[in-house]
Amino acid sequence: MSVPVVVTADLHKDYTMGDQVVHACDGVSLTLEHGEFVALMGPSGSGKSTFMHIVGLLDAPTSGRYELDGVEVGTLGKNTLAALRRTKLGFVFQSYNLLPRTSAVENVELPLLYAGVPDAERRQRATAALGVVGLSDRLVSQPNQLSGGQQQRVAIARAIVNAPSLILADEPTGALDTAASLDVMVLFRRLNVEQGITILLVTHEPDIAAHADRLISFRDGRVVRDEVTKKVVAA
Amino acid sequence: MNLRSTLQTALGALLRNRARSLLTMLGVVIGVAAVIVTVAIGAGARVSVQQQINSLGSNLIIILPGSVTQSGARTGSGGASTLTPQDAIAIAGLPHVSAVTPVVTVRAQVVGGGNNWQTSISGVAPTYTYVRQWALAEGTFFSDADVASAAKVCILGQTVVTNLFGSSDPIGKTVLIKNVPFTVVGTLVARGQSSVGQDQDDTVAVPYTSALQRLTGGTFVNEMMVSGDDPTDTSSVQSEITALLEARHRVTSGQDDFQVRNLADIASAASGSATVMEYLLASVAAVSLVVGGIGIMNIMLVSVTERTREIGLRMAVGAPSSAILTQFLIEAVALSLIGGAIGIVLGFGGTYLVAFFANWPTVVAPESVALAVFFSAAVGAFFGYYPALKASQLNPIDALRFE
Repeated sequence: MSVPVVVTADLHKDYTMGDQVVHACDGVSLTLEHGEFVALMGPSGSGKSTFMHIVGLLDAPTSGRYELDGVEVGTLGKNTLAALRRTKLGFVFQSYNLLPRTSAVENVELPLLYAGVPDAERRQRATAALGVVGLSDRLVSQPNQLSGGQQQRVAIARAIVNAPSLILADEPTGALDTAASLDVMVLFRRLNVEQGITILLVTHEPDIAAHADRLISFRDGRVVRDEVTKKVVAA
Repeated sequence: MNLRSTLQTALGALLRNRARSLLTMLGVVIGVAAVIVTVAIGAGARVSVQQQINSLGSNLIIILPGSVTQSGARTGSGGASTLTPQDAIAIAGLPHVSAVTPVVTVRAQVVGGGNNWQTSISGVAPTYTYVRQWALAEGTFFSDADVASAAKVCILGQTVVTNLFGSSDPIGKTVLIKNVPFTVVGTLVARGQSSVGQDQDDTVAVPYTSALQRLTGGTFVNEMMVSGDDPTDTSSVQSEITALLEARHRVTSGQDDFQVRNLADIASAASGSATVMEYLLASVAAVSLVVGGIGIMNIMLVSVTERTREIGLRMAVGAPSSAILTQFLIEAVALSLIGGAIGIVLGFGGTYLVAFFANWPTVVAPESVALAVFFSAAVGAFFGYYPALKASQLNPIDALRFE
């Protein structure tokens, strides 16, 4: 048994809103194994996004323990966290977050730029990643020349270009129509099966969540349901 | 992330927002151009003042005899007869003296062309034209050989030419000075009035030997004019001359039978006021450079706010704070450096236009260009630092969620 990708123990995150303390995460203990395809569900304000941001090292927990690939991250400095984000994690957002007026291939190169990958290798890996998502013919297209589904696939290419252990997808189909949503979910599944990337998906659409192998539901900052809905494909 | 890719990122961001980049640069462009043009105008003013001072004579130093007491009455300066042509020859040998001429002055009636005219006769050496920075209108000046032979040749000032010969050519004609016939070999260009209203053209120049032997019958000269070789340092020439004459006249300091004067006071006062004007202009221009810098800071702050989500994304894909800081700092410095470069071009153009249309001498100092470049970079770094720091300290998730 290998080390799990994510292990959290009694994770808390408190916000102060006016004179009220909101417990966005109220003691979350979860383990994600390598190769899992997990959907996080729950109503707005249930803490699922907060949990995902903590897992993505974009936000720090108020208390509790979090290990990413066996590394305890609680005590790490800002630069080490940035280094972990660019080597182990890939992000996909609802609003794509592509750089405007920048070609698809340059958008995909972005994580490699910060990783100090040389020019030629960077271009080659970004081109390969765009090939994986089926956009080999749109390398030089800028975001405003691409459809929503294509933009999201560019964003997915950007998330996989640094060969991460874990992709965090925050409502990736929230802005897409049904057909494009299906394409994106099929793509996630392919990455999960072919490259063994662990996928953590936040959504509030049950039919999107149904693509995952494991379903975790949040309510009021706690995990209220955690079940394997499909047989995990052996890696 | 290495510097080169940060540079690519920063310049890429500027290129993606061309219009905004250009508007931001405008402040620095105007500031730098203003610094260069105003400093050039100021320096030009100083040069033109210097030229006017120099037109009085090239780094002119005047040596006068001291005063003497005769029967209880003291003569004024120049009353004594202490300076000889031999003193002048000795002074010419000093290291920092480029030219010297003795001056023997005598007023006399000059007859020629059927008219007569009383004027001031100056017995001088051929170096006179150089020392007084006074060119010939016609003919040639007399030579050292003429001086050696006490030749009867003369050069007329324009007032004398007009009064004796009217509009006819005086060259080769003979004039009588104190009834001694002199041949006119040249005329001086018109110089107009001196600063105290004297007509400088009302003069006749003859070899000083001729003046002494044929007109005054003496052996002493009335004054000597000396050109120093360095316009900025006439005082060391003055002290050399003083020491030499003290030795030659066997007097000690304090009992000098001569006086050495220069025009340095006038020159320094005039160039001092030119300097004040130069500083004034430059400081006004510097203010516009600072205003340009604040413009850069404003736009960079707006840029940071506008691109907060971009910053969040860059952090999410693994950009360390330092890379964000460097990127925005480079953007600011690049903006002001490019603005500075455009400003230099415009500054040279503006300087040329001023010189061309206002007919004002302008001098673009390399220092002012270097200064402008340095300051535009400094302005970018200084005013870009705060927005860049602000950007780099954003919390990734707050930046990503920014609406």
